[in-house]
Amino acid sequence: MNPEVLLETEALVKTFGSVRAVDGLNLQVRAGEMVGLVGPDGAGKTTTMRLLCGVLTLTSGRIRVAGYELPRQVEKAREHIGYLAQRFSLYGDLTVAENLDFFGAIFDVPPAERKARAQELLRFAGLTDFANRPAAALSGGMQKKLGLATALVHRPQVMLLDEPTGAVDPVARQEFWHLLIGLLRTGSAVVVSTPYMDEAMRFNRVIFMNRGRALVEGKPRELLNRLAGQVLELAAEPLMVARRVALADSDVDNVQAFGDRLHLRVRSAEGPLARLPAELSAASVRLIHFQPVTPTLEDVFIQLLEENHDDLPAHD
Amino acid sequence: MTTSPPTISVQHLTRRFGDFIAVDHVSFEVQPGEVVGYLGPNGSGKTTTIRMLCGLLRPSSGTVSVLGIDVIRDPEGIKPHIGYMSQKFALYDDLTVHENLAFYAGVYDVPRKLEAQRLAEVLRMAGLEGRTRTPASELSGGWRQRLALGCALVHHPPLLFLDEPTSGVDPVARREFWDLIYELAAGGTTIFVTTHYMDEAEHCGRVGFMQRGKLLAYDTPRALKEQYLHGAAWNLAAEPLLEAVEALDTLPGIAQSRLEGDRAHVIVTPGAWTPESLTAALTGQGMTVTAVEPVEPTLEDVFTLLARR
Repeated sequence: MNPEVLLETEALVKTFGSVRAVDGLNLQVRAGEMVGLVGPDGAGKTTTMRLLCGVLTLTSGRIRVAGYELPRQVEKAREHIGYLAQRFSLYGDLTVAENLDFFGAIFDVPPAERKARAQELLRFAGLTDFANRPAAALSGGMQKKLGLATALVHRPQVMLLDEPTGAVDPVARQEFWHLLIGLLRTGSAVVVSTPYMDEAMRFNRVIFMNRGRALVEGKPRELLNRLAGQVLELAAEPLMVARRVALADSDVDNVQAFGDRLHLRVRSAEGPLARLPAELSAASVRLIHFQPVTPTLEDVFIQLLEENHDDLPAHD
Repeated sequence: MTTSPPTISVQHLTRRFGDFIAVDHVSFEVQPGEVVGYLGPNGSGKTTTIRMLCGLLRPSSGTVSVLGIDVIRDPEGIKPHIGYMSQKFALYDDLTVHENLAFYAGVYDVPRKLEAQRLAEVLRMAGLEGRTRTPASELSGGWRQRLALGCALVHHPPLLFLDEPTSGVDPVARREFWDLIYELAAGGTTIFVTTHYMDEAEHCGRVGFMQRGKLLAYDTPRALKEQYLHGAAWNLAAEPLLEAVEALDTLPGIAQSRLEGDRAHVIVTPGAWTPESLTAALTGQGMTVTAVEPVEPTLEDVFTLLARR
């Protein structure tokens, strides 16, 4: 049997004046599942998060969280929601432990349990040794961990994390992800928005959002299959001349430079692999290597946006 | 090969704020036309370094030469020759795209008779031609960033500083932005860019890693990988994933182990393991391994290794 659905939306719509910020979103997240919302600026990710946690009220559609209907039962639903906003607030002059105690009080954790819960979260977040440090004196990565811990004080079943790993270095991002995966083991349902495409591979399911709608939804590996064999790597000198030659090929849809090489997204690989070496040579470009490579989720996402040409942000 | 003098030359650059050493004896050179990526966590000294290179902040010690100008002796002399853009770049929301560019043309003393031509060039380069009358306040994040870049380029600087230019910008806009950067570099502009996106660092011809004020490493992506990563990179499809990452980290002959997407990513000391023996080691600990794929090592591997030292 499938685990319980802890979070569900049906035809969710939120309008601001004439703008449909969220436009018919259907979402289902089960216990132990992590779903990623990925999309450009203004895709509706943050609005969705705010609707799900009851900070914003929907225009039409349905939201159920842990069995409670929003907005009607928002108070009951909130007991089961942990929300980490992009700009969350910690009290910089309070210590790490005092912050946890403060948020425990706000979320009605009984005073007798608060201390034990704080100890547990300090261990979980790896902050035990920093319990007495003012939050303002923590590094960016540690502040994120403390932010996550404060969102967990009331043992929520549903976690909503809006771009939790922005502006943090790779080591701190890794540590944060270890915490998130640990959370899933406790049976939480987790929704995360992120602008980092490499992180999107970690979700059980990814929803690519654009203009308030889900462009596509699926397991990351399945989404990659959409472009199997359609990304070629080309190393050549001079690279920018090679780029122009590649862009002129009718089977090449997109060219992206990565340091000393190019990634070509192609409709089919045979034509460009056969044609381009001679064309590059004619343009006095020295070819170093040219071969198919594994696509990335970013390749898939950009291809989807271009397919939905009207939706391309550049054509606003 | 012709050798031209370096565009940037920094020796033992140091900046203290009271007892705190924000930048600690940093030395490096940037050659003309290079795209240099400067990486490091928040607070590692990246922005302080850029400010000293631009003549906005006086070093405590060390030397800075930019475009042949001694920046410590002549901080004003450098400013007409450089462009600077950051995420917090000041655009005037009530002014249109065109008015913002014209404002910066004035700030940078672009000669009057050249102004119309320069503005047209910058508008074309940034793809902003259709938006000249749009107020800056109505632009999305990606378009604001392009306008900010345009403003930093109205005076045709040979050297451009970009301080985390793509933070908060979506993947499509990021790619388009990097296309612009490459076009500029191909046209001869030298570019010095800070970022905390590891995949962006792979775009750069040379990369520096800052941590706690020190420049830990500075070289081409390829040389950094060769110098610091001894061994092959493998991705393992393993369940449960986190347990696998943690178990791999404790094994001998594994230089490092971390999450990469839905895989456990390891750097394997040469000769220490075969895919079969590593699979067997994890299976023996109750884990399931369904694939071991050789992959290219990344700069994130280098950074993680350096940062954990």
